[in-house]
Amino acid sequence: MAKYKLGIDIGSTTAKLVLMEDNRIIYQKYQRHLSRVRQTTLEMIKEMQNEVNISKLAVTLSGSAGLGVANGAGIDFIQEVYATGEVVYKLAPDTNVVIELGGEDAKVIFYDGGVDERMNGTCAGGTGAFIDQMAVLLDMTVNEMDAASLEAQQIYPIASRCGVFAKTDIQPLLNQGAKKADIAASIFQAVVNQTITGLIQGKKISGKVMFLGGPLYYCKGLQKRFYETLKLNEKTAVFPDYALYSVAMGAAMHAENSEEITTDELIAKLENSANSETVANDRLPALFASDSEYYDFIRRHGLANVPHHDLSEYCGNAWLGIDCGSTTTKLVLIGEDKSLLYSFYSSNKGNPVEVLLSQLGEIYNLCGDRVTICGSAVTGYGEELIKHAFHIDEGLVETIAHYTAAKYFQPDVDFILDIGGQDIKCFRIKNGAIDSIMLNEACSSGCGSFIETFAKAMGYTIADFANLGLKAKAPVNLGSRCTVFMNSSVKQSQKDGATVEDISAGLSVSVVKNAIYKVIRATSPEELGKKIVVQGGTFYNDAVLRAFEKELGADVIRPSIAGLMGAFGAALHAMQFEKSTILTPSELAFFSHTSRTTRCRGCANQCHLTVNKFADGKTFISGNQCEKGLGVSAVKELPNLYAWKRSYIESLKPDENAKRGKIGLPLALSTFEFAPLWYTMFSELGFSVHFSKLSNRATYERGQFTIPSDTACYPAKIMHGHVLQLLDEGITNIFYPGITYNIDEHAGDNHYNCPVVAYYSELLQGNIEELKNINYMYPYLDINNQKSMVKTLLPCLQKIDRSITKYQLAAAIRKAFVAYENYKAQLRAEGEKAVSFARSNGNRIMVLAGRPYHIDPEIGHGIDKLATSLGFVVVSEDSVAHLAPVQYVKVLDQWTFHARLYRSARFAVENDDVELVQLVSFGCGVDAITTDEVRSILEDGGKYYTQIKIDEITNLGAVKIRLRSLLGALEEKK
Amino acid sequence: MQDKSFVPFTEDMKKDYTILVPNMLPIHFKLLISLFRSHGYNVELLETDGPQIAETGLKYTHNDTCYPAILVVGQMMDALLSGKYDVNKTALIMFQTGGGCRASNYISLIRKALKKAGMEQVPVISLNFYGMESHPGFKLTPKMLHSMIYAVCYGDLIMSLVNQVRPYELNKGDAEALADRWTARLGAELANEKIRYRRVKDNYRAIIADFAKIPMNRTEKPKVGIVGEIFVKYSPLANNDLERFLISEGAEVVVPGLIDFCLYCIYNSIIDYKLYGKNKKTYLVWKFAYRFFSNKKSDISQLIKEEGTFEGWTEFDRITDIASTVISLAVKMGEGWLLTSEMVELAESGCANIVCTQPFGCLPNHICGKGMMKPLKELMPDINIVAIDYDAGASRVNQENRLKLMLSNAKRIMAQNSK
Repeated sequence: MAKYKLGIDIGSTTAKLVLMEDNRIIYQKYQRHLSRVRQTTLEMIKEMQNEVNISKLAVTLSGSAGLGVANGAGIDFIQEVYATGEVVYKLAPDTNVVIELGGEDAKVIFYDGGVDERMNGTCAGGTGAFIDQMAVLLDMTVNEMDAASLEAQQIYPIASRCGVFAKTDIQPLLNQGAKKADIAASIFQAVVNQTITGLIQGKKISGKVMFLGGPLYYCKGLQKRFYETLKLNEKTAVFPDYALYSVAMGAAMHAENSEEITTDELIAKLENSANSETVANDRLPALFASDSEYYDFIRRHGLANVPHHDLSEYCGNAWLGIDCGSTTTKLVLIGEDKSLLYSFYSSNKGNPVEVLLSQLGEIYNLCGDRVTICGSAVTGYGEELIKHAFHIDEGLVETIAHYTAAKYFQPDVDFILDIGGQDIKCFRIKNGAIDSIMLNEACSSGCGSFIETFAKAMGYTIADFANLGLKAKAPVNLGSRCTVFMNSSVKQSQKDGATVEDISAGLSVSVVKNAIYKVIRATSPEELGKKIVVQGGTFYNDAVLRAFEKELGADVIRPSIAGLMGAFGAALHAMQFEKSTILTPSELAFFSHTSRTTRCRGCANQCHLTVNKFADGKTFISGNQCEKGLGVSAVKELPNLYAWKRSYIESLKPDENAKRGKIGLPLALSTFEFAPLWYTMFSELGFSVHFSKLSNRATYERGQFTIPSDTACYPAKIMHGHVLQLLDEGITNIFYPGITYNIDEHAGDNHYNCPVVAYYSELLQGNIEELKNINYMYPYLDINNQKSMVKTLLPCLQKIDRSITKYQLAAAIRKAFVAYENYKAQLRAEGEKAVSFARSNGNRIMVLAGRPYHIDPEIGHGIDKLATSLGFVVVSEDSVAHLAPVQYVKVLDQWTFHARLYRSARFAVENDDVELVQLVSFGCGVDAITTDEVRSILEDGGKYYTQIKIDEITNLGAVKIRLRSLLGALEEKK
Repeated sequence: MQDKSFVPFTEDMKKDYTILVPNMLPIHFKLLISLFRSHGYNVELLETDGPQIAETGLKYTHNDTCYPAILVVGQMMDALLSGKYDVNKTALIMFQTGGGCRASNYISLIRKALKKAGMEQVPVISLNFYGMESHPGFKLTPKMLHSMIYAVCYGDLIMSLVNQVRPYELNKGDAEALADRWTARLGAELANEKIRYRRVKDNYRAIIADFAKIPMNRTEKPKVGIVGEIFVKYSPLANNDLERFLISEGAEVVVPGLIDFCLYCIYNSIIDYKLYGKNKKTYLVWKFAYRFFSNKKSDISQLIKEEGTFEGWTEFDRITDIASTVISLAVKMGEGWLLTSEMVELAESGCANIVCTQPFGCLPNHICGKGMMKPLKELMPDINIVAIDYDAGASRVNQENRLKLMLSNAKRIMAQNSK
């Protein structure tokens, strides 16, 4: 009798079951398990049994969630990638590469040159769950998104590393009115890019590529993106009909070696394992110890209320406040006594203009002739678009709007915590002014949308989910990390038998912990303040509110309109107006809005612009990094040391007639510091010195196939593109030295480079194939010792031209250092010039403090230009560090570049008109040390600390809000 | 420039202060502890574990700091906050390498955490060989240093033998029990007796013979090497008990010893002289130390081979030679070239399955770990490496699933080779 073999693949979101008789599939089933892993498996087996009714079978489990089930029930297990590898090897032996995307995992298998199986690391988006999340964001089903993507005309760059990052890129595109089709295709492209950088890692893709897993099976748009990116055709791309079941089939085949049991035995095994579950120890106390505690809580929060009036009965003046946030649009209308006449809260469904159009119509309807709107104000991400679209009287920065609203409920408020869908914002208030502002970094938003996503995944509405949390007896302890990590923690706790109640409460606690310890960076809750107002849509969730109070050990005020505070503050702010410019009902009737996208031709950046056109013929352009794209002849540009440094480097032109030929230097990492040095040295020796060009997005994309470590910083990853650019130009001598010890400026305990800057040369050699065919030079140099430099460089350069003598080299190096010192002297002089310009023209000065490579327009995303457009004179850390004494810090000051940071912070502290904004590249381990130091230097000196985390992100909206908040706070303080 | 106004560990404190040591390598650290105690330091090894350690660490350090720092700070703060110790009579100690990796800032991070918790009075002793900080009450005498070397040697030997016996022992727990007995005995000896090299070698022989006597069933099992960032590589707290997991999955674990890391640190000072002309004055001292220490390693290896039951170790000179074929010996931050070299060395000596452990976002490992995978794969197509990131938020399921993949491949390769 033939042996029946059952393979069950339980992944992160779906379960797949395949029953085979010999090598023939006789039954298969695919189902979402909504995290009810064991129950779903049981149901599926019973369903199968109803249809096929077999007595004995051999079983093997597989999949990320299958591991726990298999262990618990004592069933054989096979690792899923391994299972896939075996299946493809048997069924399609001519396959060269397999790419499989699952719910939360991505896998790649190479068959050439020994099987090489890879999975994504712990930090990785770009999988099915990510696509699901993005579809929700676009207010589409995955199918709709897929269909739309096929109509796309252009691709926007969207950060592919993790879902949270991508969201911050997509949100502004939506707010700016970019087409959903284009965004959908861009999301798929992000998935492709993620797979390439995360898994393919420099390995060549050739021959037949097979695509497996749910997302690749269902999404034609995703298939298309892979086709184009990997340059595949009908013959080389294979989408087999077993794409969904490959793992389950592999498991079934593996069951060949498993022991046969009866179906009843199998069911019993699974059921018993559910009973034998032990509750994991890692639990937290319940949110409420008793019912009376709960009722007291409800009563207390009922008090923070605003009076309501019915708009359809109200007569008199009214003011409108709009908060056009990243995911939601909020709107309130208040009366003369500040009572609430009308409020609205909704997802902006990817098109906030439409949402507001219908709302304004509704309000005008209700107002009739009895109510006059005397003023309006808008705040939030979509501020400018909405302001232009509807002729709103004023746009104001979010922080001010929130502070205004909080004061209404607690005039002496000293701390405001706002947790919204995407952002966490905290302000500390001192002497009636905002004293410090903390916002979550783009990578760690354990915010509202995060709980919502989980609620949905488990099949609950957010309100029901929150209520369940209140009843939790033993909330799970999920830690306080980012969403991607949290997913796996939740998975694990489900495996350990946690109930939905416990998970809901656990998620609430982790959101709170994330806010307190990661964003605010408080050690103890007392640091926050005494009169705390909490707000933002997330605080409607009583479980979050309660978790916060418990963590704090104190009561806080949650206004009844917690989710409308921005809009309410805007409305209060608008009360200064007596006559509004807002579109009248008749103007509104003719309102129309179209948008198209284009690329700016203003400079090499080529920003993606979205041009919004309104009925009155006015246009609003967004997506620009600077003023150029707006078509306005820019006001005379303010001094900007970043721009000065860029033009200095660009002025280092190759001498095409040089006798010794071309030498190429990638313009990335340490080259930004030493460009004048190498330029002079090689020019003196008679080389034609070619730097690669300042980067744009394409530079990164050119090199992304060769990046081995996806979590390295963007400035390092972009290096690959620069090297390839030089290779593309046919340059056969490329120079990027290893520099362990940076230049010694006698301002620190040591003068190292960070490991990535110091040794990236080594990684390039190992991972860019083409470098093996040319003369790639990466000698290790002591930049502080000319003699040893001569010794090391001479043999290296003599390989290119044996006639180079020691004497020539020594002379060239001497001149090179003169040029380098000269450059630094000019830089310092320019810094001083900018400072005195600002002082004689009454501008504020911003030290945009980062590393030399942050001047690159793609790495710095034009933040320098944004700052000048806001009226700051921008100086770099290295142009003003000399204006302050050596700064003493609490940490070991090991690195040259960072010592400059500390000194420039001292400079900001010593000068009233100077503010410091620190640029931090995502993944910069060293900055985990420096940011706290810079912050304490500034805050001890009574200054604001503003940090901007940058990565592949191209969204300047959030940065703008941050800088404007800073400006707003400075103005208020005056 | 660092503000050097830290709280020193004074001579007075030596009398009645308890010095807490974070755990990394259980056997080695126990030996070192006995040694320090015999020199009048009241040291105590922190053997706590559990999720509250990482949580306390996250509370008191920047969350983007590397995982080992979070754990070390967490373990220390957790101990100080537990009420078990008089915070006015307790000091902390931490090893400091002083390199270009952020690990050289662990001491500062601990001090910052103490300040946050209002326990600034607690002194933090920097244990380093470069004279980075001085604490009048804590001095490494040449005699102590000499004994420390043997503590490390004993530790490496016992660790290596335990790993070679544990998967095959007939009575579960034999190897660990024997290791415990020897650790206790050697600890007492290091504390009370003068080092005589002949005696040390006798001990080596006796240890090897004792382990060889453990009844074993030598079935064929895949060998899995563990390399990586030093703390995550060794500490079960940091790597979710990696060794235990691998053994339970039917593998034999190979973990390169601490002697190699010491030699690596010493060798870097020599390289600094050769490449950049640094350390002119101390160069000869480093060179002597290198030779001395690598001879100690050879001696042990020789004895293991003489006895014949177990596999010996690769000479360190060979490890530096291997490294220079793949990566420059100038790469000296974090585990640097040693990490790359260990992977090659493992594969060459018949252990092609490798777990490369690192804290999430570890800077040096971008280069010498993940950055070298491609060249290594080209050099040795059969090498089976999995890189696992460790982090306060990384889940065990995720890590184990990836380890299982590596193990599946290991078993397949083993089956192919035995055909």
